[in-house]
Amino acid sequence: MARAATTSDAFNAIAEPQRRQILDLLAPGELPVNDLVALLGLGQPQVSKHLKVLREVGLVDVREDGRQRLYRINGRRLKPVHDWVSNYRQAWEERFEALDQVLNELKAQEKRT
Amino acid sequence: MMAASSGTARVTLPSDTRILITREFAAPRHLVYRAWTTPELIKRWWPANRGKMTVAEVDLRVGGRWRYVMIADGGLEVAFHGEYREIVPNERLVSTEVFELVPDAEAVDTLTLTEQGGRTTLTILVQHQTREHRDAHIESGMEAGLQDALDLLEQVAVTLR
Repeated sequence: MARAATTSDAFNAIAEPQRRQILDLLAPGELPVNDLVALLGLGQPQVSKHLKVLREVGLVDVREDGRQRLYRINGRRLKPVHDWVSNYRQAWEERFEALDQVLNELKAQEKRT
Repeated sequence: MMAASSGTARVTLPSDTRILITREFAAPRHLVYRAWTTPELIKRWWPANRGKMTVAEVDLRVGGRWRYVMIADGGLEVAFHGEYREIVPNERLVSTEVFELVPDAEAVDTLTLTEQGGRTTLTILVQHQTREHRDAHIESGMEAGLQDALDLLEQVAVTLR
């Protein structure tokens, strides 16, 4: 799969572990940037840089609330990533369903003996 | 169908180079381990409904090799091999894995089985050397998924004739 540069592609944006951590922290609800700085234990400039990348690919949205800027996750933009993994998951699920059948037979055999 | 008694597979990406697969089975773990490591049983589940498995070699000892070959329904032969690194019967199996069409991308797979109340939780942690290899690995599943969708479409088309 050809991918564009970091700034325009959700796949690359979430390849960075600290950016994934930010998304995890934002998953339950929106947070001001100061909370993210405190929770991540990183410097404010670094967190702002990551937030900028995430905003540019549309993975997070920001709104002003008084003097605070509140960040929240934009789940819709994560869908391509989800779809990408879900095909792989589907391949394994088919294999596991076949394994379920083998296991049922092994259980029945064990009962008989 | 026994869908009610089994879980569904979960796939997560815990880091740039890893894939974690989790699934629950309605069977004790010694049976899951047996199905996982016995060639004639592997042949029945590993290819699922995507083809026929022609080779399932398992030399189950540390340093021993394994090799799986399947002829996919489209005629493509896909082969994997690796070496066992760590073996704790019924509990844990660490092995290397190479997809023979991409021989540079060796991964290390850790299978873990835990049992509770006669049910088994299986996890497979796939550790790749690079993110590119990890991503290619996931995309190989995507191609297979696409092939399934096309096959299904064909079946539907046949019934419509």
